[in-house]
Amino acid sequence: MAGPGAIGAVRRRTRRRRAGWHGFLYIAPAMALVIVFFVVPVLFTGWMSLHNWPLLGNSRWIGFSNYTRMLSDIRFMAALRFTAYYTVIVTIAIFAVAFPLALYVEKQRPFVGFYRTIIFLPVVVGLATASLLWVWLSNVDSGFFSPAAQALGLVDKKPNLLADFDMAFATIVVMVVWKIAGFTMIILLTGLQAIPSELTEAARIDGARRWQRFRFLTLPLMRRTIALALIISVTGSVLAFDQFYIMTSGGPQNRMISVVYYIFNQSFVSFNLGYGAALSIVLLVILVLISIVQLWLLRVGEDRP
Amino acid sequence: MSSAKERRARRKLWGGISYHSVGIIIVIVFFAPFAIALLSSFRHGTEASLPPLPPWPTTGFSLDAYRSLDGFGAGVVQHTLNSLFVSVATVILTVMVSLLAGYGFSRYQFPFKNVFFILIIATLMIPFQSILTPLFIMLAKLGLNNSLIGLTLVYVTLQLPFSVFMMRNAFDAVPKEIEEAARIDGARDLKLLFRVLLPLVLPGVATVAIFAFLNAWNEFLAALILLSSSDKFTLPVLMIAVRTGRLGAVNWGAVQAGIAVMTIPCVIVFLLLQRYYMRGLMAGAVK
Repeated sequence: MAGPGAIGAVRRRTRRRRAGWHGFLYIAPAMALVIVFFVVPVLFTGWMSLHNWPLLGNSRWIGFSNYTRMLSDIRFMAALRFTAYYTVIVTIAIFAVAFPLALYVEKQRPFVGFYRTIIFLPVVVGLATASLLWVWLSNVDSGFFSPAAQALGLVDKKPNLLADFDMAFATIVVMVVWKIAGFTMIILLTGLQAIPSELTEAARIDGARRWQRFRFLTLPLMRRTIALALIISVTGSVLAFDQFYIMTSGGPQNRMISVVYYIFNQSFVSFNLGYGAALSIVLLVILVLISIVQLWLLRVGEDRP
Repeated sequence: MSSAKERRARRKLWGGISYHSVGIIIVIVFFAPFAIALLSSFRHGTEASLPPLPPWPTTGFSLDAYRSLDGFGAGVVQHTLNSLFVSVATVILTVMVSLLAGYGFSRYQFPFKNVFFILIIATLMIPFQSILTPLFIMLAKLGLNNSLIGLTLVYVTLQLPFSVFMMRNAFDAVPKEIEEAARIDGARDLKLLFRVLLPLVLPGVATVAIFAFLNAWNEFLAALILLSSSDKFTLPVLMIAVRTGRLGAVNWGAVQAGIAVMTIPCVIVFLLLQRYYMRGLMAGAVK
């Protein structure tokens, strides 16, 4: 009775039923959320950016004035410069720590799982929590670092880590490396473990030294993974806000205002919502450009496995 | 012969010792900040502004820090409940919406399917930091400003690209034969999804849930902007008031207690569901 013909009929019926809009019902809630809370706000940002838009009162169409305004906005240029500087330094610092850590925890040994877990622990707490923790640890009187350095006799007078730009910047970079290195380490680890061990073994037999193996075998084979880790680190750093807001409130002489922080100040402190929207569009364009570079980098990586 | 073996054994021993010495240093560096904060939070109130040298309570165990944290905003219990409400609601909604969407994308054919999928994934390219102003205005129009529900809906939307992608892959990995058999037995659509397929995609659900929980629990900027009355604040926003202090004096004991309250749930959730967290991370890294 239930011969091949019957099964075929069932198949045909299900296929026909599935071809309509029936399946759309399943994705409808997701689409509704994405459209209402993402697509519309993006379009709305573009629309607002062409207006003078105060918090109260009527908005006024001003065309591209918000965009021409930012070209002569010294503080915005400073925010762009600072964000670029921060992104470069922190990305280098994260890689300088995460790569050795990935190599360290690569091989299966006793306790390696424990080490990985502990290194990863700061990743799962919030950046806001980490900033709060470190602003206390770096406090000159009630914190840990300065009093400990004095107690150990390393310094005569307790240094105030958050008082001048370079020290505060260095403290924030160390905090972010502590917080993020575990994440980059795991990404790099997936790349390391994808390298066939026969290859490394063959290179070892051919007499390649450890550094040579790393330089000419491991690195080229990890191009894709490195590109991915790099993009994630760059994207996160360009969008940095919590650490500057919580740890230094914009820093000594307001020199630690990142782009997101500046947008926040314009939109929600000065309530120049239109100008804030125009700045947001610039940020959005920067991030989309980074994404395009990412797709290109990852594709290039694929061409040469 | 035996001496060569001995030498090799000794080298291995020293290798192990140096390896684990480095390991201990790494563990101290990465774990000490947590340990110092947690231990210090149990010091006596009079020690709150003293440096944590040593970090453990020297004049007896005390909950003074937690009591002074309780003096901010609407009390630490209220703010913890706010954070829990937002995080748990984000988890439930994200799982439900992405379960349905993943099923739809994996098992059905309908017009513009790929366009819809790319639209959801493409939102990953755009930073949510750039759309906070319109979100603020739109939520006000919808009557959801200064509301934990409004904040939750924003968080769910932010989780969707990753979650829908994860769930679609989870459904793709389930063999079609299982489904065909169940269909012949009369199970279809939602019944098929919940009775037959759900148990098979539970690992994917766990991954989606843990990411939704941690991101909602830890998020700061959107909560700072979208919540305006202090009784609605989630923990990270409350901590801004604590960190700013009163009359120029910061109660560092309350800061330590706040760090402990915010950190412990993350660490517990992560340690319990580590396997699923790493699976999500790998999926993101490979794709």
